[in-house]
Amino acid sequence: MIEIRFTLNGDTVSASVLPAQPVTQLLRETFGLTGSKTGCGEGECGACTILVDGQAMNSCLLPAALLDDREVVTIEGLDAPDGSLHPVPRAFVDAGAVQCGFCTPGMILRTVAFLREHPRPTDEQIARSIEGNLCRCTGYVKIQDAIRAAAATLEGAAGAREP
Amino acid sequence: MRIEKDSLIGKSFPKIDAAERATGRAIYIHDLELPRMLHAAILRTDRVHARIVSIDTSAAERLPGVQAVITAKDIDNVPFGHGKDNSPLKGDKVRCIRDEIAAVAADTVETAREAVALIRVEYEDLPPILTPEEALREGAALIHEEKENNVPFTYDYSHGEVSAGERDSDVVIEETYRLPYVAHCCLGTCGIAASFDARGKLTLHSVTQVPFLYLRDMAAIVDVPPEDIRVIQVTIGGGFGSKLDIYPYEPIAVHLARKTRRPVKLVFDRVEEFVASPTRQPTEIRIRAGAKRDGTFTFRDVDFIHDNGGYTSWGATTPFVMMQCFSSLYRVPHVLMKGRVVYTNNPYSGAMRGYGNLQATFAVESSVDLLANELGMDPLELRLRNAQEHGETTGQGLVLKTCGLRECLTTAAERSGWREKRGRTETDRPHVRRGIGMASMIHVGGGAKIYRSDGCGTILKIDDFAGVTLITGASEIGQGSETVLAQIAAEELGLQLDSIKVLNNDTDIRPWDVGVHASRTTFVGGNSARLAARKARRKLLAAASQQIGIPADELDLRRGKVVRDSDGEVLGDLAKVIRALHFAEKHEVVVTSHYYEPPSVMQDRGYKGDISAAYAFATQVAEVEVDIETGVVKVLRMTAAHDIGRVINRMGAEGQVHGGIVMGLGYALSEELHVEGGRVTNPSFREYKLITSPEVPPIDLTLVETLDPDGPYGAKGIGEAPAICTAPAVANAIRHATGGRFTTLPLTPERVFMVLRR
Repeated sequence: MIEIRFTLNGDTVSASVLPAQPVTQLLRETFGLTGSKTGCGEGECGACTILVDGQAMNSCLLPAALLDDREVVTIEGLDAPDGSLHPVPRAFVDAGAVQCGFCTPGMILRTVAFLREHPRPTDEQIARSIEGNLCRCTGYVKIQDAIRAAAATLEGAAGAREP
Repeated sequence: MRIEKDSLIGKSFPKIDAAERATGRAIYIHDLELPRMLHAAILRTDRVHARIVSIDTSAAERLPGVQAVITAKDIDNVPFGHGKDNSPLKGDKVRCIRDEIAAVAADTVETAREAVALIRVEYEDLPPILTPEEALREGAALIHEEKENNVPFTYDYSHGEVSAGERDSDVVIEETYRLPYVAHCCLGTCGIAASFDARGKLTLHSVTQVPFLYLRDMAAIVDVPPEDIRVIQVTIGGGFGSKLDIYPYEPIAVHLARKTRRPVKLVFDRVEEFVASPTRQPTEIRIRAGAKRDGTFTFRDVDFIHDNGGYTSWGATTPFVMMQCFSSLYRVPHVLMKGRVVYTNNPYSGAMRGYGNLQATFAVESSVDLLANELGMDPLELRLRNAQEHGETTGQGLVLKTCGLRECLTTAAERSGWREKRGRTETDRPHVRRGIGMASMIHVGGGAKIYRSDGCGTILKIDDFAGVTLITGASEIGQGSETVLAQIAAEELGLQLDSIKVLNNDTDIRPWDVGVHASRTTFVGGNSARLAARKARRKLLAAASQQIGIPADELDLRRGKVVRDSDGEVLGDLAKVIRALHFAEKHEVVVTSHYYEPPSVMQDRGYKGDISAAYAFATQVAEVEVDIETGVVKVLRMTAAHDIGRVINRMGAEGQVHGGIVMGLGYALSEELHVEGGRVTNPSFREYKLITSPEVPPIDLTLVETLDPDGPYGAKGIGEAPAICTAPAVANAIRHATGGRFTTLPLTPERVFMVLRR
């Protein structure tokens, strides 16, 4: 077993993990964070996407041991402390980008990371940003709409903060 | 204060359950934990056709952490499935690669899987039958020895007389189309949790789309009285028809729960989902069709074979739906259809969105373009010449009370720039051609009476604060029915969507419903909700009338207030009216119910009759670019016009169409579950190619409103329709671009290249 300490949704936590244990399993079984889904277990569907040091990663392929000293954010850690919805899930809800919802947490975290890198994305960048996240319900159209809307909201908020 | 009359119908509403799902709170089967719950795994065969000589589970039983191991000899192995040819565990013979041999319940999933790997099975291989042709051969071995032959179901349909149609024809075409295995690819895999309570009553946490039929069938398989079974649907991670049947893993979980007297959960991993879930039927369809010189269709003569695989699921009844397309997509005076469902040792197929109609519509709409070509007619003109009008009855007896086919055709043509684009196939790159193609479809839009009842029940309860609980038989599988039903209740009661809670996942509480299939929930569940809400409305208005002293028919309910209907003047608060009724006057609470049965009939033995209360129509136009050197097809744009009757939730309807079109694009271009020697050879998303976000073309959508007289506010079903005519529109566009004849899906670059090389 390997002892790790890391930041999980703002809290410092520790865990004993097996060398090959995937992060998804650690999050779901040890910390009860079931918002990270296992859709395929081989890094092809993106339902398990989380943020590690701000980068979107497929947690099903990531050995838990590598989390030591890192900062992890899951879908459960995205909302504001007052419980209000983060602008990205807000945009997904409002745009109709959620049908069965199994892919949604992963899509949202992928989008959070993407919009940090690309605050003013083009439509093509938006379409490509979720290339590695599969959805069988929506045809991606309203997910792309949601990303566009979230970009506008975040950019507007950033603009408002500027002097 | 006055409140204007307004309506929620036709507006866009985010799904009321969307935030629960988007924030990771929703509990799917993967997330469910029950106290003392065990985890199960199944040993499946590695043979496609073999006798089982022996099964040795001793090593598995000795593994620490294993609580139970079962094989066929440990259970009463009751036959089940649409053909009563399947069983939970196989003891004597295996007939396809997904056959279940043994199952383990253990403390962890890992232990259960480790134990499964320790089970030894000895087989005596039998010659596999891997194509319907082999299965139909004289003297072919019987896949089910107790059956007379390898053809569990045949379907013969006709109206008119094909020979008369042939005599009337100036042109006749014939072609054979081959459609592939495709998988549902729900992002959430299948699973179940089974538990018995202290009284022996069984609770199933299930992903079924048809909870009441499931409960009844399960009762017989596991020998628990149906009244002692409670089905609770967890949040379902996609359905698309895959959860229409009971599959062996479900009774297996029950048997393990019975044996261990603990809750047992069994969840598929992705490989198991690909290998062991039902698929769309691979189908070979030969179609001959004729027309007069002026384009009038004369006849259709169709033969098709479904590769049923080793067992029959509900999917074996897809010919019911296919014949609606063959008989009733456009006006055709003479139609003959022979369909055979044939056992093989391949994986078995099931129900999938569109239910046979994707295969049938591909054949019919491809043949319409062939006829147009033979006649030298524009494919749009040919379709318009044969499109039905409102009020027609088709040769099969389907009554098209509303029929938006013409409007769909003309709308999709206009919005796509059909006439202009049809004239040109060259681009500025010599190896790239452009094409535009269209296809239409008909599908049930008002339920489908294939059971003795096609109904849905609703109980509506209003609390002392004007909060409404809508208890509906209709299930939510992600498609948005919950929101549509809430909208309908809110509309009738003059409330906002936020005032409505929907309870829709527990058979101990909800009234009966046949299930999520046949695009029926908005129509049937919607009418049921509407009529239950109307009863509550009448009761509320009567109480308000008595309290306020104004006749009920002069009152209306708006935004939680009782108002004068004529001018919207607020006269009282709805919650106060309810509390007065409850505490001060008659000591009554407001609870109403309604069971709605759609006005449709079961078909006769010749498959004639008005099986649905309404029919949906659509036309889709695809524009493509084809690289004739590589065979790569790029879809530039889809234009869709869907006759939905009336839009209830615009956002939801759009979402259904977008998702359906993209599923249809996968069917057209990229998706195929490869089955070689009876084995699935591409059981992963790396090798099974779903359409991804950057490949999705712009989609222009028009929702055509024909206002069905029986639909709630005029609505018809929309769930399956969008996936049905995408592939033939794409194939017709590729044909327009290149002149090639494309008869086999999917149209991968290799396949397109090979067709063009010929």
